[in-house]
Amino acid sequence: MKYLDEFRDPVLARSLVERLRRAVTRPWTIMEICGGQTHSILRHGIDQVLPPGLELVHGPGCPVCVTPLETIDRALAVAARPEVILTSFGDMLRVPGSRGSLLEARSRGADVRMVYSPLEALALARANPEREVVFLAVGFETTAPGNAMAVHAAAASRLTNYSQIVSHVLVPPAMAAILEAPGNRVNAFLAAGHVCTVTGWRMYEPVAAKHRVPIVPTGFEPVDILEGLLQTVELLESGQPRVVNRYGRAVLPDGNPAARAVVDQVYEVCDRKWRGIGVIPASGLRLREAYAAWDAERKFAVTDIEPAEPEQCVAGLILQGRLKPADCPAFGRECTPQSPLGATMVSSEGACAAWYRYGRRSPQ
Amino acid sequence: MTDRPDFNGFHCPLPHLDHDTIQMAHGAGGRLSADLFERLILPRFTSAELAPRADGALLDLPPGRVAFSTDTFVVTPLFFPGGDIGELAVCGTVNDVAMTGAVPLVLSVAFVLEEGLPLADFHRILCSMERAAARAGVRVVTGDTKVVGRGQCDGIYINTSGLGVVPAGRHLGAERIAPGDAVLVSGTMGDHGVAILTARAGLGVQSAPASDCAPLGGLVEALLASGADVKALRDPTRGGLAAVLNEFAASARAGFVIDDGAVPVRPDVAGICEMLGLDPLHAACEGKLVAVVAAGDADRALAALRAHELGRDAARIGAVTGLHPGVVTMTTALGVERVLDMPVGEQLPRIC
Repeated sequence: MKYLDEFRDPVLARSLVERLRRAVTRPWTIMEICGGQTHSILRHGIDQVLPPGLELVHGPGCPVCVTPLETIDRALAVAARPEVILTSFGDMLRVPGSRGSLLEARSRGADVRMVYSPLEALALARANPEREVVFLAVGFETTAPGNAMAVHAAAASRLTNYSQIVSHVLVPPAMAAILEAPGNRVNAFLAAGHVCTVTGWRMYEPVAAKHRVPIVPTGFEPVDILEGLLQTVELLESGQPRVVNRYGRAVLPDGNPAARAVVDQVYEVCDRKWRGIGVIPASGLRLREAYAAWDAERKFAVTDIEPAEPEQCVAGLILQGRLKPADCPAFGRECTPQSPLGATMVSSEGACAAWYRYGRRSPQ
Repeated sequence: MTDRPDFNGFHCPLPHLDHDTIQMAHGAGGRLSADLFERLILPRFTSAELAPRADGALLDLPPGRVAFSTDTFVVTPLFFPGGDIGELAVCGTVNDVAMTGAVPLVLSVAFVLEEGLPLADFHRILCSMERAAARAGVRVVTGDTKVVGRGQCDGIYINTSGLGVVPAGRHLGAERIAPGDAVLVSGTMGDHGVAILTARAGLGVQSAPASDCAPLGGLVEALLASGADVKALRDPTRGGLAAVLNEFAASARAGFVIDDGAVPVRPDVAGICEMLGLDPLHAACEGKLVAVVAAGDADRALAALRAHELGRDAARIGAVTGLHPGVVTMTTALGVERVLDMPVGEQLPRIC
């Protein structure tokens, strides 16, 4: 299949592995930001064929994983109201808050519906004028334009029974936070290709320059990831801390200006708490004052919910690349996809779920 | 080998009834119930056993061990590309019976109808059940109809139970699986699951994949007639190929090694799965089988499958190993072996 087969070509992939072996002369630690890349790496076994000394650590790029517990609890509180239809993307519905997940809330009678697009939630609001349709808007720069567009469209058509719980996060501040954290081991990043299709790759230049790290946007297939790794290693070995785009078929220097414009119109940058990591300054998006009427947290007054995380879960350290899933004593024992302690085990993009699913269990 | 009869010629006009939709009275046992049964249901299921309308069917079965299976069908939407709930209800149970090595013979059919279901929809479902039963070579010999109030079910639920007889000398079962055996699939994986998901989600995909819903009795007979030593058969429905292999691995206490590149997946199914972050090997089929056969017979078995119209895309996808009992692994394009696990819960699309 076009854009799939050629990027999974075994001969090409193996030749890239060979070139990577020759390129690495010193130990390097590279973080892949995106959970989609983490899954691809484990699914195709890329981590198993890397040369000794080249280590991949998994980054915080899983929207479900970093959505703070209070956001889920607020969504649960909103969903409990009889007039509300709470909508979100599939993955989000399974994440446990401090009182169960949204799917469990549905089994107790809440009207919780999975949608594939924020515009679907808008259509639901139009079709159910007597109900309040709330969309739980999570994700990185990738999903922000669609979610912003939905609010923009609601405002344009004066649709007042639609609102959002916004928990959007931004990648570059998280990268800076990881690099500035004590004990950081990350020497370079594979940047998330889908985020870059919206933002472009130039936005990484300040991070690369300030922290002197190479950053390489790349795709999600084995050949994409191996090419990205080879490029990153070449930049590291030759001491060039700059941004090189290896996802040329999808990413432009300035991304998608129309998408960025609608995001900027509807949302503004704010401090944001990341689940397991804490508050990162200027790392999130919230609705601008002009769109306050579409802010579900204000509409339903649920901003004061501040729950505590389960103590056993080390997801925060995993999301920062400080620990691997199998380093967690609960991994595969108290914490499995069937009964997850933290979001990294729930989401299809979570590192713990990927390790569990593809059989990287801790040695018995 | 097997010519597929042309069922398009079936004439299936909607009989005239007093109502356009299902009424509570259609399930109350009175005149409306009798009307529904005699004018809508019975004409679709003409079998000697059903005709007397007794409380139960008396069956004369050929000699051999009897296989018995039951399944309930609750699919949304009721009509989807490649089939509908009626065809699914016949094929699903027929296939479960066929996977035991039995020749499927008879079915029971029980309906739970929602008040307000359009009679035209019910009739359309009955007509597909008639076609599917004819194609599968099974007779509907007993049944039941209940009506529930609006909102108490999703249009229509169908339960079917099936009986079949295993010819003498035939013995299939996961316990016969041994290291060295070859693993075959009869065609592309995940078609039905992705077709349903696409229809449900309204993804607006231009070439929406169709369900592969089909009765597999004929394909099983063709495979067994090849003389290949077939150890075990299963149809990868819910949970897909990954679930079937893990079930085999657990019950046979054997390991499986599957070659990622050898598993047939339609390009549109692969594309939609990529888009939604799903794995086609976790998605259901409704007209495919997984066969474990003695290694020496693999070529013969594969040729027999491919010669049948429902097995044209059959492939040898891997082998049974003694190395990691109970665990299914997959060899990736990079030559790395990784675990192919059971799906957990509902398949949910990813966020980005």
